[in-house]
Amino acid sequence: MTQLLLFNVVNGLIIGAFYALMALGLSLILNLSGVINFAHGGFLAIGGYLAYTLVPYVGFWGALLVSPFLVAAIGILIERVLIRPLYGRDPLYSLLLTFGLAFMIQDGTRFIWGAQSLPYQIPDWLAAPLSAEYFFLTGYRVFMMVLVAAAVLGLFLILNHTRLGLRIRAGTLDLETVSVLGVNVRVLRNLNFGLGIYLAGLAGVLAVGMLGLEPTVGDNLIMPSFIAIIVGGLGSLPGTLIGGLLIGVASGVTSVFFPSASEAVIYVMMAAVLIVRPRGLLGEEGRF
Amino acid sequence: MPALDKRAGDVLIWFLLLSAPFWLPAVGSYVELGSHVVVYALAAMALNFLLGYTGVLSFGHAAYFGLGAYGTAMTIKYLYPSTPVGMLVGVAVSTAAAALIGPMIVRLRGVYFAMCTIAFGQVFYFIAFQWRSGTGGDDGVSAWHRMPLDFGFFHIDILNNPAAFYYFAVAIFAASAALMAFLLRSPFGRTLLAIRENERRARFLGIPVDRHIWISWVISCAFAGLAGTLFALMNNFVDPRALRWDQSGDFVIMAVLGGMRSFWGPLIGAAIFLVLQDYISSHTENWMSFIGLFFVLVVLFFPRGVLGIVRRRSAP
Repeated sequence: MTQLLLFNVVNGLIIGAFYALMALGLSLILNLSGVINFAHGGFLAIGGYLAYTLVPYVGFWGALLVSPFLVAAIGILIERVLIRPLYGRDPLYSLLLTFGLAFMIQDGTRFIWGAQSLPYQIPDWLAAPLSAEYFFLTGYRVFMMVLVAAAVLGLFLILNHTRLGLRIRAGTLDLETVSVLGVNVRVLRNLNFGLGIYLAGLAGVLAVGMLGLEPTVGDNLIMPSFIAIIVGGLGSLPGTLIGGLLIGVASGVTSVFFPSASEAVIYVMMAAVLIVRPRGLLGEEGRF
Repeated sequence: MPALDKRAGDVLIWFLLLSAPFWLPAVGSYVELGSHVVVYALAAMALNFLLGYTGVLSFGHAAYFGLGAYGTAMTIKYLYPSTPVGMLVGVAVSTAAAALIGPMIVRLRGVYFAMCTIAFGQVFYFIAFQWRSGTGGDDGVSAWHRMPLDFGFFHIDILNNPAAFYYFAVAIFAASAALMAFLLRSPFGRTLLAIRENERRARFLGIPVDRHIWISWVISCAFAGLAGTLFALMNNFVDPRALRWDQSGDFVIMAVLGGMRSFWGPLIGAAIFLVLQDYISSHTENWMSFIGLFFVLVVLFFPRGVLGIVRRRSAP
């Protein structure tokens, strides 16, 4: 029983780490640009597929390093061409645009790589369990957790200790003033979008080692990511992180006792948070 | 003469709707597509009650549409084989769900409201997906069909006659449109417009804004549910795709494409969207790409919609 519980807590933490990685990217873009990026799951899929294509040339580690940057570059290009004209308009339009993009990316990946799920090879020593008793703790899972933690740490370091991060945080609070102070807001939003998409790409490369490659691989992760943002608190990145981990663990633990409710529990949590504390766990008052 | 133009437009729309079964086959189409347009138009107009006239963006209307559809299907299949009873239950279920969820989200605005409607919409998708014994899970509710209307003294066979079902859908659509137009012209509807134009000023005038948005939300979802009941009856089938989030996106793009500041905009948007979708999906396997591209193009080059552009041209 303890082993089963531990298994599901670990599982929940890993899934939660993915939710958090996705949600942090979504949250960055939402906070600075007011855009809900429906295509985030699509970028995640692109990250996985690019890694799949790159592995024969640059190996597992090379793909892990290069693929997220390529995805971020695609994201930066898309922001520049398609999303930039929509700033200042009703958020409805950017929502519809990213919605259409999500369709196009899903169909595009299916067109290029096919609809069948593809196998993704991870190094043997990572795939092996660490101990016989805790068979579910494979090296890859630990490795993923470490990498997600490093990515999150890196993100907060960027936000708190670089000029770019300072500007992103300031822009989240008051973009107009930041613009008046001489910061090029267009470039800032562009880079910020790229940063968010990088996280999606990274999540993609990591996820395919566990979930396999399918055009719809991002679909199951995007809704929980929205909920992670709502639960954690709109406008708060630490909140988003906690929200992601929380709903991951909650659904993991629930699957021990009521397997069929493991998806439902995250919606219940969202409803509970919205009733008791509409701004979310760490959200600031009056941000919306 | 804008007033005359408007009346001429109304007459033209009703003429086209009422004569559709006669000219649709002549232009190489079929009556069922007409029913499709009417059903989706009702859903998009219901959404537009909230989106265009209250200024609140919901991206989760598919949930209430789908609840209406499931309510009808499951009532006819398990409880009582009658079309009107099924429809009543369907609308009641979606209205009740909207009324319960409303208070949790009406405090939010803008993108955050949209995000919460998306997330809540997904709840019902999961229920429909998981509850295999009731909803059939992924396979949906099948092995039932709509019942002919029987009012004792007369009898309409909407089951076997596509044109009869089309007129039945048009009748429901007409009654709903009339009711929505009436509501929008009432002091309540004018208050919604005031909230859309300037929420802060409306609040200062003493209008309970959140409560008005809640009422508008419930009305909008109720009509979306009604459209959903027609959807289930039209297909004699319903599956979880009826309440998934991509369905919500379709409703929004229909409203935007037709023109969300116009009463008939969503109808025109629904007609264009569905004819296009019908055409594309019969010509290519990659229809998703084209529909996605269509979304992008509408947003970038056509944000005011068809009627928005017509109206702007005719304005001095």
